[in-house]
Amino acid sequence: MKISVIITLKKDVLDPQGKVIHKTLDGMGFDNIIEVRQGKYFEIDTKETDNEKAKAKVEEMCKKLLANLVIENYKIIDPK
Amino acid sequence: MKSSVITFPGSNCDRDMDVALKKFGFKNKMVWHADAELPKSDLVVLPGGFSYGDYLRCGSMASKSKIMQSVINFANSGGMVMGICNGFQILVETGLVPGVLLRNKYLEFICKNVFVKINDKKNKYFKNLDNEVLEFHIAHNEGNYFCTNDQLKEIEDNNQIAINYCDENGKIEDQLNPNGSLKNIAGIFNKEKNVLGMMPHPERMIDTSLSGEDGSLFFKNLINNLK
Repeated sequence: MKISVIITLKKDVLDPQGKVIHKTLDGMGFDNIIEVRQGKYFEIDTKETDNEKAKAKVEEMCKKLLANLVIENYKIIDPK
Repeated sequence: MKSSVITFPGSNCDRDMDVALKKFGFKNKMVWHADAELPKSDLVVLPGGFSYGDYLRCGSMASKSKIMQSVINFANSGGMVMGICNGFQILVETGLVPGVLLRNKYLEFICKNVFVKINDKKNKYFKNLDNEVLEFHIAHNEGNYFCTNDQLKEIEDNNQIAINYCDENGKIEDQLNPNGSLKNIAGIFNKEKNVLGMMPHPERMIDTSLSGEDGSLFFKNLINNLK
């Protein structure tokens, strides 16, 4: 089963890369943007077949390694 | 005095640290990250570099390597653990010191000499040093110290800020902040002050023909404090 995780920076954390991307997009003519925040996306293919168990394991992975909870939030995407 | 320097895949300041520690009298051992046992040590150093290619977040992979459990146990039992640069990034990822190190504010790799002001001398790292200001070298891309407001309050209440970026006279100002760090923080302690993480490299300031001597002052004082 494949489970996806999206990691984003928390609201108050400075994201200089997002800012530069925003400016570049502005320069390309995409001038309608309020803000750009850069994050990370993971696809985890697990042997676990039980949806809930797999999600619980991935949540543990997020807390222990994938995200740093001081600065990041994680969101597990329900496998369909 | 016995010291251990941990080498992770991608560490590149480990041998400089080895040279520095030996020069000032430490009997140093190099320890591989995949080892489980820490040799008997009075000081453990996590060196600078790019452990695991800075994958995921700087220091995150190294913080989970086999030797780190021994280092964490050693620190929690009061052992002296110092993380320099990438070593500091590894320390924050273990949670031994609070906060995180973000990408430098202006997105550039910074490589230059800086002055740092010693904020606290009631610890074995800086006790008895005559200087208030030291000139060290920094070389990093992710040295922008950040923590939550609650953490900052706790850090300040416990006097855990070790050093701040400043000018040669010790003045701490915004324009002397090279990387955007909160409160010009260049290094912090854990609550008990046996663990120190800092971005500057004292081991690059130990030879008059190559650099300044402030690293020599630091290491000479450190070994005396540990005796």
